[in-house]
Amino acid sequence: MFNGLALGALLALISSGLTIIYGTLGVLNLAHGAMFMLGGYAGYVAFDATGSYIVAVIAGTLFLLVVGVVMERVVIRHFYNRPHEDQLLVTFGLGICFVEIVRFFFSSLTKTVPAPPLMSGITSLGFMFYPTYRLAVVGIVAVALIALYIVLYRTKLGMIVRAGIEDSVMVDSLGINVYKVFMVVFGIGAMAAGFAGIVNAPVVSLTPDVGEAILVQTFVVVVIGGVGSFPGAVLGGLIAGEIISITSMIDPGYAYVMLFAAMTLVLLLRPHGLLGTRGRE
Amino acid sequence: MYRQRRSLVELLTAIGLIAAPFVLPYLDFAPNTVNRILVWGLFGIGFDILFGYTGLLSFGQSAFYGTGGFVAAYLLTRAGLHHVVLALIIGMIAAAAVGYIVGLIALRRTGIYFAMITVAIAEVFFFVEFNPLADWTGGENGLPGVPAPTLDLGFVSLHFTTGWSLYPFLAFFYFIGIVIALRIVRSPVGAVLTAIRENPLRAAAVGHNIHAYKLTAFVIAAAYAGLAGGLLGVLQAFMPPEAFTFDTSGQLIMQTAIGGRGTLFGPLAGAAVWLYLQDFLQATLGLGAAWKLVLGLVFVLLVCFLRQGIIGGLKDLYQLAVRGRRPTSEAPEESVPAAMSVGAAATPLPVHHRVAEPAAGPILKATGISKRYGGLLANSDIDFAVEQGELRGIIGPNGAGKTTFFKMLTCEVAPTSGKIEFAGRDITGMDITDVCQLGLTKSYQVNQLFSRLTVRENLQIAALADLRGKFRLDLFRSPARIPGLADQIEHTLELVNLKHRADVPVAQLAYGEKRRLEIGLALATSPSLLLLDEPLAGMSPQERVETVSLLKSIRQGRTMIVIDHDMDALFELAERVTVLQEGRVLTEGTPDEIKGNPAVREAYLGGVLE
Repeated sequence: MFNGLALGALLALISSGLTIIYGTLGVLNLAHGAMFMLGGYAGYVAFDATGSYIVAVIAGTLFLLVVGVVMERVVIRHFYNRPHEDQLLVTFGLGICFVEIVRFFFSSLTKTVPAPPLMSGITSLGFMFYPTYRLAVVGIVAVALIALYIVLYRTKLGMIVRAGIEDSVMVDSLGINVYKVFMVVFGIGAMAAGFAGIVNAPVVSLTPDVGEAILVQTFVVVVIGGVGSFPGAVLGGLIAGEIISITSMIDPGYAYVMLFAAMTLVLLLRPHGLLGTRGRE
Repeated sequence: MYRQRRSLVELLTAIGLIAAPFVLPYLDFAPNTVNRILVWGLFGIGFDILFGYTGLLSFGQSAFYGTGGFVAAYLLTRAGLHHVVLALIIGMIAAAAVGYIVGLIALRRTGIYFAMITVAIAEVFFFVEFNPLADWTGGENGLPGVPAPTLDLGFVSLHFTTGWSLYPFLAFFYFIGIVIALRIVRSPVGAVLTAIRENPLRAAAVGHNIHAYKLTAFVIAAAYAGLAGGLLGVLQAFMPPEAFTFDTSGQLIMQTAIGGRGTLFGPLAGAAVWLYLQDFLQATLGLGAAWKLVLGLVFVLLVCFLRQGIIGGLKDLYQLAVRGRRPTSEAPEESVPAAMSVGAAATPLPVHHRVAEPAAGPILKATGISKRYGGLLANSDIDFAVEQGELRGIIGPNGAGKTTFFKMLTCEVAPTSGKIEFAGRDITGMDITDVCQLGLTKSYQVNQLFSRLTVRENLQIAALADLRGKFRLDLFRSPARIPGLADQIEHTLELVNLKHRADVPVAQLAYGEKRRLEIGLALATSPSLLLLDEPLAGMSPQERVETVSLLKSIRQGRTMIVIDHDMDALFELAERVTVLQEGRVLTEGTPDEIKGNPAVREAYLGGVLE
């Protein structure tokens, strides 16, 4: 249960990043998994230098904000008017470049970031013992999701982003500089992935390929929840996390099979996802 | 001459494949590299049909590559089958069958959803191979011991082992694969696949069952993948579980994009570049693991700057060189002005009557149809009937619901309530493809053309739907052998006066020409009832005159309904005019009645007329 909650919360956060980028910009970022991985490595470097978990988290998050903004400015911007296929190809290619750059500098060996002393060890929950850090992850990610919620639902930027998901042409014609918004949204989305990456680093050790599996799971989350929907990403994340962890208790080999079976079921019954709208396609 | 050039491609491929073992060693290609290039190239042929021709970007081809490979390898290593070719074919069929089922699920959505779903499904295959099916597939160990093929020809038996000895075996399959693929892309099915890539909406609207064609392309791609997967096992004498990984699908996509999509040979060229660079960067430059970074960067740059890949780039260069040498060759043709008299002399197209005509009564009858979009009532309780052979005009101020009304009549959208009958048959709730097949279609207010194809190819797509029905698997037929096709295209070209522009890509046409082609696309399906949504929109006065005479010339033998804002033209053309206002029928009558109707003046013409 708790494993599922931790994993689910993490997936929810990463998927939110993917989904708000897609919802606002109309670009499916296939480099999102690689960004998750980059966040972990940036945090690892910062931790190596300072020994501080907090610094590592901040560094991982900010680094990805920068990566996201630069990537949008330099590459993605030129692809808004090109077919979806080209957008998929270029983000896919960038993702590979990110992975290989990391492999070049850090090799394929695993790296670990230890949990901060305060959150290490195990906690008694009365009925069972549980690693403290995993509990902390649930809390940390919940805070991040709430922060994202506040940005999306309680600020002017958020209003523009949500309006853009509904109808980006209209937002554009209202005289709002969508390109600026696009850049910020891409940055925020990348940041969410990076943050998730560094927070997850003490749970699962880092390799350059850690993002690939996450990316695929994120797709499932987004398809289940409804593409472009923030609440959908959260719900989908939690559902996916629970499916994976509950099936893993019975037979780990079937965890993914169950996950994808669930996705297929959703697709057949509700093609637009649980909380999705017909908005974009 | 065209036919000669066609078999030229096959001939050159054969020569290339035969020459390769004699040439490539001098270019530092290891025999094993060449063999792997062939396997990737074959894998890519199917993928190119799916992606390059049909426009469906699947990130899950590894599922079929792995399926074909493991089925073949299992038969050869554990099930005691000794016939390698038979095992390969069974593997291919298994992959195609799996492709059919996966396609049913994945093709429920398009675009990025399709991409995401294919990734997810491929991942399931990976995990299934590793765990539940590990007893059969060897799990993470794969299946070692795949035997080398032997061909017993009676008088001599051929053993294909490794390296250049295996090459002829693989080259043979590649050659068969490319010959079949060339036939497919030149067949009517191939034309429809391209149409789906260019404009799926219109492909469906002219009467093609695009879902069935997409599934066809998906299954073809799966079959090629399955065969290539089987050959991979033979090549390595071992079926690796890595065949099922996301990396496999990714590498295929990158190779295809590097080589050039939509060319069939692109994947082979891409694989050659990829595998050669891999060897070169790793061995010669000693870059170790960084080779993939270099290739990743190359890929990103190609996607950014050379969208059509290496082969596409070479084609462009070639065309540039040819044009450079003959600078004036095409110029005069492009400056030919829109001809003066539009198709007046052309004989009208025969109308195919696929529906048994009712003895009397209206050809189209709508009873009480309404359309509600959320809180907005776009059309409300419209009763409407058009007689056989009539030319009806529809006018109404902006926002009167004219386009919505047309969309309901052609079954592009379903009415919220009400009933539509065409030629005595209830068509309410049918889809746009079936309705077009019955002989009812429309030309769009905003051009819906297949813009990267030529005028002739555009019309061919529409005519094919008429002559072949909504779905037909004539994968190996040449369009030249479809009786009546060439005539129908020529006729339509004449009617819309685009004969001199027949082989020009649509993107290069002038606006008025595109408008005429828009009407031509609808005409080429030989409709008995033709709806025209603002055919005169955006035209110059001269073009209007031409188009009005075009409309007059095509009305013989068919019923037409025309929406337009140009009242002079409409009053001249139509026998009766229906006026829509705020989603309702305001009135209906002859042009003179409408002109004199005070309610129409009030509502539509307002005080301007006075």
